[in-house]
This record gives sequence, structure tokens and C-alpha cells, in this order.
Amino acid sequence: MLSPIILIPAILNGLLTGAVYALVALGLTLIYGVLHIINFAHGALLTVAMFAAFFCYSLLGLDPYVAALGLAPLFFCLGYVLQRFVIGPAAHGEDRNILLITLGLAVVIENALLYAFRADTRTINLSYGFNVVEVGPAFLSVPRVVGFAIVIAVAIALYLLMRFTDTGKAIRAVAKEKLGAELSGIDVAHIYAVTFGLGTACLAVAACLLLPTYYVNPHAGNAFVLIAFTIVVLGGMGSIAGALVGGLIIGVVESLCGLYLGESLGQIGIFVIFILVLLFRPTGLFGERA
Amino acid sequence: MKRYAAIAIVVALLACVPLLTSSNVVLNFMVVALLIALVGQGWNVLGGYGGQYSFGHAAFFGTGAYVTGILQLRYGVNAWLGLIIGIAAGALVGTVTGALSFRSGLRGSYFALVTLAFAEVLRIIASVAPITGAGVGTLVKLDLRWEAFQFQSRAPFYWIILAFVAISLVIAQRLEASRFGAYLVAVRENEDAAKAAGIDVFRVKLAAMTLSAAITAAGGCFYAQYFLFLDAGIAYGPWISVEALLAPVIGGIGTVFGPLLGALVVKSLGEATKLITGDTPGLDLMIYGCVLILVVAFAPRGLTGLMKRGQFWPAGRRHG
Repeated sequence: MLSPIILIPAILNGLLTGAVYALVALGLTLIYGVLHIINFAHGALLTVAMFAAFFCYSLLGLDPYVAALGLAPLFFCLGYVLQRFVIGPAAHGEDRNILLITLGLAVVIENALLYAFRADTRTINLSYGFNVVEVGPAFLSVPRVVGFAIVIAVAIALYLLMRFTDTGKAIRAVAKEKLGAELSGIDVAHIYAVTFGLGTACLAVAACLLLPTYYVNPHAGNAFVLIAFTIVVLGGMGSIAGALVGGLIIGVVESLCGLYLGESLGQIGIFVIFILVLLFRPTGLFGERA
Repeated sequence: MKRYAAIAIVVALLACVPLLTSSNVVLNFMVVALLIALVGQGWNVLGGYGGQYSFGHAAFFGTGAYVTGILQLRYGVNAWLGLIIGIAAGALVGTVTGALSFRSGLRGSYFALVTLAFAEVLRIIASVAPITGAGVGTLVKLDLRWEAFQFQSRAPFYWIILAFVAISLVIAQRLEASRFGAYLVAVRENEDAAKAAGIDVFRVKLAAMTLSAAITAAGGCFYAQYFLFLDAGIAYGPWISVEALLAPVIGGIGTVFGPLLGALVVKSLGEATKLITGDTPGLDLMIYGCVLILVVAFAPRGLTGLMKRGQFWPAGRRHG
């Protein structure tokens, strides 16, 4: 069971899965880092993005990788509007209310999708969907290798955005000291909404990367919610590098647990890590404070 | 005494329902609404009075349900004894998860997350463990005798769940009037200040979580007896965690009657939706979600808050 011929493919596949997890978590951690809220609607929004990518392909014939270019800005706007006109005003500035509002949003979105599309599971068939490349003892799915590269690129782009642009500086200022940022003339409500939009845009990209090898149904995003929470907590709430590293770790853990404990228990390892990290190191690997 | 009289009157009025109608549809609706009221009261003790928002009350509900069901099915234990053990087991899960979370100082969103994770872990374990019947589920044997906590008609079930709700109302009322309740509210309002004032915050929160879990587990035990079927998605599924918090949030967080009122309103809305649109999946839950958002946005004190003040806008908005 420990022979490298089994282990290496499991680890490599885990890394590829982990990259997409990382992208989902990146959106969550960005929102957490600035707004200091946990967005319980994240999974539901991912499902929306997956449906959007699905219909781009089935109705418009757009390849998911092309659709990502259009969906990302679209979902940025969706996230912006949600935060600026729904979550922000409805929460009255109380964190507990935000928990309830985003939970309510998740319930509404998920069931609206269930109502509209029923519980059917949908997949798309791409000509390259089952292509593989051989790396040492492992056969890796081409769409997932491409996905891995795109995730790294998105993470770098986000890092550059946060580091070198005015918007990025404003976001970081609001994250560090909201009142101070407001006093220096930063429109906090706007920055909040921009951050939420960026987080949602990450989901659109993640959905397009998932679609070639994954399925979509009204509950599809849920599978990623707790995983993304785990990654965010593991990597440190609000840390971009943490989300990336955490995502890769979790992908490998899931893959190895699946190998040794069986498919259905594969996720147990993730939740055990989650609970252990929450209990013993809630600041995570890269986090600054709880 | 006046408050207890209010509880007595409400319970007495509700107790008349089976005398007025023998319609199974109505009674079934009322049983489910009261079940949610009970589970919601459990959430309210911890979330409403203590300010610790749990997103994983399914952990306690499911434990109560499974323990009752499995004890009867596999060990031939009497159902009433199973009820007591089920409640105790739920309380134990509450104590253990509470001790772990509060010992690590988890608050706010972290607490919501960790409770959610505990419930998910239990759900995954229950969905593969042989003792729960894994994918097949647990089917409690049909045995329509009162000794087995099963009844031919729905009325006895109705009175039993009403009795549970009555007890939970009295518990909430006693909590409001007690020193422990005052400590709990102090923790909710400002944990650091409560600590500085000499309150043992950890013990207060832990006691509240144990009590909360016990009440919710009682709902789970009742569910097992009433529906006689359990699987991982029912017992530990997110639906029950959501309904547990929906009832008190909509009815009025941290109030005695909030969960009962909220459960009745939410369930009525659900039924009304089904009547109007037919049995389409998802629509009733969609309405619940909308109501949740609207209540948080426009009536943060819930429906009881609206009735008390006769105002629709939260305090801050009145002058603005």
C-alpha cells in the first residue's frame, strides 16, 4: 500500500484537486480577511457559477475556459451587488446578522436552483475531457493540469492586485483598520463590495475549471463549502498564500484518506483536520490573529 | 407567576386542537411545527440567551434520534427508556463539543463553523457505519402500543410533543428569571465584561450548551418514534440545523415564546406555499430563506419584537 507507484499518483492527483479547492478558498479568505465575516453563501454561489458555465456550454457552445473570461466579470458584479445592496444594509453592522443573512442567501439560492432545474445531475462532454498525460507512474487528466496552472496564475494575479494597485492598497487598508481607512477618504462600503465581488469572481473561474471533469446539480457547491472553510482556517483566515498552500495540503489529505480509508470516508480526514486546527491553532498556518 | 400563566394558557389552547379536528393532515402539520418549536427552543437557549450561534444543532438532534432508534432496534431496549438515554446522549455530545470549542476560545463565526463541522463529521460517520444501517437507514419496528411509544392515531403523539414543548417553555421561562440566565445574557452582551465581573464564562456557556443539546435531542428522539425511519441525511442533515435556528430567529431571539411562534409561522408559510404551487421541491425552503433575510434586515427582534413595540423598523432607522 505504501509503494510509490500507488502513492505518487495519489499525491499528484490530490495536488490537482487541491488547486481547485484552493481557488474556492481564495475567494472565501479574501472576503473573510477584509469583511471579517464568514460567507455561508459561498457554496451556493459556486453552484450558480457552475450552472452558468454549464449553460454557456450547452446553449451557447462556449468552451468553459473561454466562458471563464466572461463569467468572472459577471460574477464580480453579482458579488458587488449582493454585498452592497443585500448583505451590507441588512446586517446593521452586526457579525451575527451577517452569518444569518449569508446562510439565508445560501438557502434561497440553492432551493431556487432546485426549483428551476430539479435535482438532476448534469455533465458536459468535451472532446478533451478524458485526455491524460503521463507523468512518471501517474496518468493525470489534462483539464485538471490546465486547471492547476490557471489557479496558480489567478493567485499570482490576485497577489499583484492586492500589492501594487490602488484598489488593492485600499482593500488592505480597510482590512487592517476600517475606521482609519474611512477617515482617509476610502469608501468602505464600496471596498467591501469590491472584495466580495473579487471573491465571487474566483468562484466563477473555479466553476469553469471544475466543469470539464465534474458534474453540476443544485447541491454541487455544498461539497466544497466545508472543504473551503477548512482550507481558510488551516491557511489562516485572510491569507492568500495560506489558502493556496492549505488547498494543496487538503487535496493531498483527501486523496490519501480516500486511498486508505475508502472513497466514502475520504472526507473524514478533512473534517478531522478542520476540527483539530480550529481547536488548537485557530490562527492557522499563516494567520496573524484569531 | 403571570408568565407561567401565559405558558399554561397557550399550552391549554394548543391541547384542544385534536379535540376540534381529527384531520390527520392538520395534526401532522401541528406535530411537525411543535417538533421544530422544541428543537428551536433548544437552539434558543444557547443562541438566543447565550449569543452562541450554532450552525450544527443536527449533531444533537441526530444523536438523540439514532440512540433511541438503535437501542430499540438492535438491543430491544424499551422506547421510553430509549428516550431518556437518547436525551442524555445528545446532552453528552453537547458537553463534549462545547467543552472542546469553548476551551479553545472559539467565538462568533468560528463557533458556528466548528459546530457545523461536528455535525458533518457525525453525518459522514453515520452514512457509513454499520450500526446505523449505513445507506439503508434505521427502520424502527412498528409496534403500536403506548409502552413502545407508538400510537395508532396522531393525537397522542401531538399531546406528547406538546408536553415536550410545554416543558421547554417552562425551562426558558425559568432561565429568564434565574441567576444562571442572567449570567448567560451577560455573556451574550459582552463576554469580556462578564468575565471581568467574575462570571465563570466557560462553565456558563458549557451548561447552556448541554441544556440546549438535551432539548434538541428530545426532538430527535420524538422524530424517531413518530416517523420510525432515520438515515444520515435526516438525522444529521443540515436541514434540521437550519430549521433549529430559523424558528427562534423569526419568532424572536432570546424570548420564551419566540421559537414556538417562529415554528408555527415558518411551517404555515411552507404549507401555504405547497398549497399554492403544488408539491414542487425547493420552493418552501426558498421562502424560508427569504423570510430569514427579511426578518434579520427589518425586524431583528423577530415577530415577538414587532408585536411588543408595534414598530417595523429597527431602533436605529426610526429617526433616519
